[in-house]
Amino acid sequence: MQRIKEDAQSNFADEVRNTLENILEVDSKSLIMGLGVTDPKGVFGTTLGLFEEFGPKRVIETPTSENAMTGIGVGLAISGFRPIMVHQRMDFFLLAMDQLVNSAAKWHYMFGAKTSVPLTIRLITGRGWGQGPTHSQNLHAWFTHIPGLKVVMPAFATEVGALLRESINDPNPVIFIEDRWTHGQQFNLNDRVDKIELGTANLVKSGKDITIVSSGYMTIESLKAVKYLKKLNIGVDLIDLRTIKPYDKNMVIDSVNKTKNLIVVDSGFSTGSFGNQVLSDITQSCFPILASPPRLLAAQDIPEPTSHGVIGSFKIGAINIVENVLLQLKIEYNSDSLSELVDTSPDIPNKNFTGPF
Amino acid sequence: MKCSFDTAFNIYKNAFRIRAIEERIALEYPKGEIRCPVHLSVGQEMLSAVYSQIQIVSDTAISTHRSHAHYLGKGGDLYRMIAEIYGKVTGCCRGRGGSMHLVDTLCGFLGSSAIVGNSIPVGVGAAFAHKLNQNGNVTFIFLGDAAIEEGVFYEAANFAVVHKLPVVFMCENNLYSVYTNLQFRQPLERKIVELAISIGTLGKELDYKDPIQMYTDLSILVKEARSGKGPVFIEVPTYRWLEHCGPFDDDALGYRPSGELDNAKQNDPIRILLEQLNDFNMDNLNSELEKFYSNLKIEIEEVFVKVKKDAFPDLSEVMSGVYAEN
Repeated sequence: MQRIKEDAQSNFADEVRNTLENILEVDSKSLIMGLGVTDPKGVFGTTLGLFEEFGPKRVIETPTSENAMTGIGVGLAISGFRPIMVHQRMDFFLLAMDQLVNSAAKWHYMFGAKTSVPLTIRLITGRGWGQGPTHSQNLHAWFTHIPGLKVVMPAFATEVGALLRESINDPNPVIFIEDRWTHGQQFNLNDRVDKIELGTANLVKSGKDITIVSSGYMTIESLKAVKYLKKLNIGVDLIDLRTIKPYDKNMVIDSVNKTKNLIVVDSGFSTGSFGNQVLSDITQSCFPILASPPRLLAAQDIPEPTSHGVIGSFKIGAINIVENVLLQLKIEYNSDSLSELVDTSPDIPNKNFTGPF
Repeated sequence: MKCSFDTAFNIYKNAFRIRAIEERIALEYPKGEIRCPVHLSVGQEMLSAVYSQIQIVSDTAISTHRSHAHYLGKGGDLYRMIAEIYGKVTGCCRGRGGSMHLVDTLCGFLGSSAIVGNSIPVGVGAAFAHKLNQNGNVTFIFLGDAAIEEGVFYEAANFAVVHKLPVVFMCENNLYSVYTNLQFRQPLERKIVELAISIGTLGKELDYKDPIQMYTDLSILVKEARSGKGPVFIEVPTYRWLEHCGPFDDDALGYRPSGELDNAKQNDPIRILLEQLNDFNMDNLNSELEKFYSNLKIEIEEVFVKVKKDAFPDLSEVMSGVYAEN
């Protein structure tokens, strides 16, 4: 390992790339496949230079054939390889549901629990910049419905490397979901977390009044909300699930037993959302001690329109989380007082972002 | 690639054995102890019998809902297959897969899928592994005429061509997708094998009325795939004698044109191969056949007797193994 300069900075996308590079170095059976993995943009920078370093047998450009490529990944995985596949938008991966559900997820169980399928599928979800109805869907709940799959949703650049490494080394098919807006997240390399077991959540902030459960980019918005709420003397247990299948139910139960209030923040559509699963589980486990009805903050059941003129009303941001916490705790507030939380550019992650996707 | 008497005799024995096993399953099925969808290969055995004499154990194969013949042709364990069909814990999938999901990794039979076209890309992935490992093995991918109507076939075949993968597509065209004739699903003037060739595979239609020639033709094509020339596609016209799913004759349903089934039976490839065996003029053929028939009868009887006594999986057994452990 290279020694890290004390204040060396990196970002989320580079951390993904460097983790992949490290895996390719140490595991000769690992290989990367996907449309664009060798192109000049390198999947938002996450595969840049890997083809040049490892060659065409390890970093493999593919046809635009999501379903077959997933099956080919399964075939490689049951033959001793460790494929890492990537799709630049989750929405395209919908073409691969047969191979994901009927092949990847079931192969181990169905054929007598002998052959494993160590397959990692990176799916990137779009956000803002007019991604619209078919480039911005957060369909992670679908994958949690399928026995045999694991589903990982990293929020932090400090943790994405450990989570990706654990996903790749897992002997099961893992859906690894990256929000496009996490890619630019800066971090100090000294803050990197070395190992995270799949299925373990992280108590990001600790507080006594309410529990917020989130994953992926929603944790970033939740964290902004928690910092604001602190100024109002409202203490939040913020749990970043990191893995939503399996998920760390015990940590959530322990927290709700303490705070007695729960909000789940989910970037997916409300009906059939993963957030509803958490609400259901926790209501069944903690019903007698709950001080308020648990609350779900999820996307409306409406395809996301493209127009950047309206997108601010469609994306859950810190302001919505704060408002819901205040409503749930029955704390009166003046909407104007939240003005500092208003996202004036709700369709971009930061001022440097100029698209195109 | 001339077919010797020994090879021809082995093909005959394989084909006859597959039919005898399928007919025994059909005989047992109405008793109610086999309780899963079963798609029998009676009438369609010959391609499996021919490939049994061409494949080597380190080759891999993958198949469809109608996989018994393909599994047995690859050398799959008979006892474990029958146990699987009966839902017993001794089955090849420990009772989790049933007739449509057979596996025997010891002989390279990777699995079979109930979803039409589903196993095709998985087989291409296995062939990609052979190529990356430079081991000279090929993957046989069994498919039917209806799989050509699934998009994933084109995606997978395209990838196999682009990467020149050692794939042998084994297309058994039995004219029916369940009860729907090919004429309602594909233009009859377009041959499936020509479609595959236009994608970039090598290809040939085999003559199921000449099993010995089938052996020669398939041997040559498999050698091409093995030597790095890229995927090959073979189409075999064949015919399913029994119902799509289940043990019975279904000619009375009327979906087959009158006389079609009788014609197929009159051109039974197994009978034709027996005539071809006689043409070798081997003195001991009849005595060898008698020996084979009587041993086969014992083999099948023993397997069914044993399987029926086997246990079902217990609940804790089937509740485990959703995820693999490191």
